[in-house]
Amino acid sequence: MIHKYKLNGYNIVLDVHSGGVHVVDELTYDMLDNVAPPFEDECPENVVTKLQRFYEKEDILSCYEEIKELYNEKILFSPDDYEKFAKLSVAAPVKAMCLLVAMDCNLRCDYCFAGTGDYCMGRKVMSFDVGKQALDFLLENSGTREHLEVDFFGGEPLMNWKVVKQLVEYGREREKEYNKKFRFTITTNGTLLTEDKMDFINKEMSNVVMSIDGRKEVNDRMRHRLDGSSVYDKIVPSYLELAKRRNFKDYYVRGTFTKNNLDFAEDVFHLRELGFDQISVEPVVGEATEPYAITEKDLPKVFMEYERLADMLIENDRKGKHFNFFHFMLDLDQGPCAIKRLRGCGCGNEYVAVTPDGDIYPCHQFVGMDDYRMGNILTGEFDKEMKKKFASTHIYNKEDCKNCWAKFYCSGGCNANNYEYMGDIFTSHKLSCEIEKKRLECAIMIKAAQAMGDI
Amino acid sequence: MKHIKTINKANLKQSAAKGGCGRCTASCQSACKTSCTVANQKCESLDKE
Repeated sequence: MIHKYKLNGYNIVLDVHSGGVHVVDELTYDMLDNVAPPFEDECPENVVTKLQRFYEKEDILSCYEEIKELYNEKILFSPDDYEKFAKLSVAAPVKAMCLLVAMDCNLRCDYCFAGTGDYCMGRKVMSFDVGKQALDFLLENSGTREHLEVDFFGGEPLMNWKVVKQLVEYGREREKEYNKKFRFTITTNGTLLTEDKMDFINKEMSNVVMSIDGRKEVNDRMRHRLDGSSVYDKIVPSYLELAKRRNFKDYYVRGTFTKNNLDFAEDVFHLRELGFDQISVEPVVGEATEPYAITEKDLPKVFMEYERLADMLIENDRKGKHFNFFHFMLDLDQGPCAIKRLRGCGCGNEYVAVTPDGDIYPCHQFVGMDDYRMGNILTGEFDKEMKKKFASTHIYNKEDCKNCWAKFYCSGGCNANNYEYMGDIFTSHKLSCEIEKKRLECAIMIKAAQAMGDI
Repeated sequence: MKHIKTINKANLKQSAAKGGCGRCTASCQSACKTSCTVANQKCESLDKE
């Protein structure tokens, strides 16, 4: 299977099953509409006749030879022989946990997928004891996995800071006994950051995600306090200070865009202007009936904005002012292995979320859905059958993914989105797919620009 | 080649043979939390060439 497209002056051909990316001339681009395996020794006469209206015969013949050569090298029209690996996708050790240390929040962001921070389950914070048992669960269920990831999440995790600190200290003690290493991360709205907290975070957390949507008016429209007041002026200096104190390494400023700011590239540029260089701005997750929801009608504008963003990234690179946009990050040679790409995000299998009551869910986005409660840390109950089901959510078990060119990049998308909008974790959420595919086309185009020496 | 420039190693299939060690980060833990992209994660395999 191949996927070809034109973007920003580049003709790009992706060979899906080898991962090969080719930048081709117009002739090759056109020829690929007319040839496919099995290849004859000579270019078929009808293809020559058809293309000769626009190209020289000599070029047509040499182009055909190049296509054939890449086919023989198995980097063009390479066969799909991954299904056998997909079948090996079975229950794996649990290595990552989203710890909802505070199911409470001091902001009232209009688009919050977690209700108003409490996941519609009542406001509560996690006790040290529950947190300890959650870390123990991870140590006990992680098999030979050495790195254990724990994200302090909410609500707003800084509302339960004392327990966050206690759990980090506890984890650091226990990891030695197991010869493992906790990688703690935290996702915060920034309102409660102090210098002490920054220093602790920077010492102990391998990544920090700081929520901000971009321009002040955009941020304040959706992200505000209970009384509707602004937090922008409070959080920006704190985020900058926190990032500065960790040498602008291993952090993200993370925003959400909605129908209200379909010109979201402006928000990315704004964050860049503020001084941040690790930026993630993502489409909102929400019911299509919400006034802020992105719908199919918005896609042309969203696509245009991603293209604009990609252009700006290239332009910044040319000026030596590189910044990183999370969804355009792609390493075409050293990225994740095919096995990881088949399995996807790992939710409900390698990754779980734990609530203050100790309840276990496949991920933070499933929290509160009774059908997806997997067990409880305190009682030891853990639904292995559900774990197996999530382990089987690989791309070859998802009908829409099997034949999609983007399958090895998005890896089947977000199971929670699939369930929320399509009613089934195995059925892809089309709107998310379209957005993801556009982002990938832009990301690959940036790689093409680099490879062609244009950056 | 005159018409085609291949810009990467196209080594996805080779990565399947050695893959699956599980040392890499869970994809939802870094900076997304709401929209999954796996290909932007790093491989952390000790066997990596």
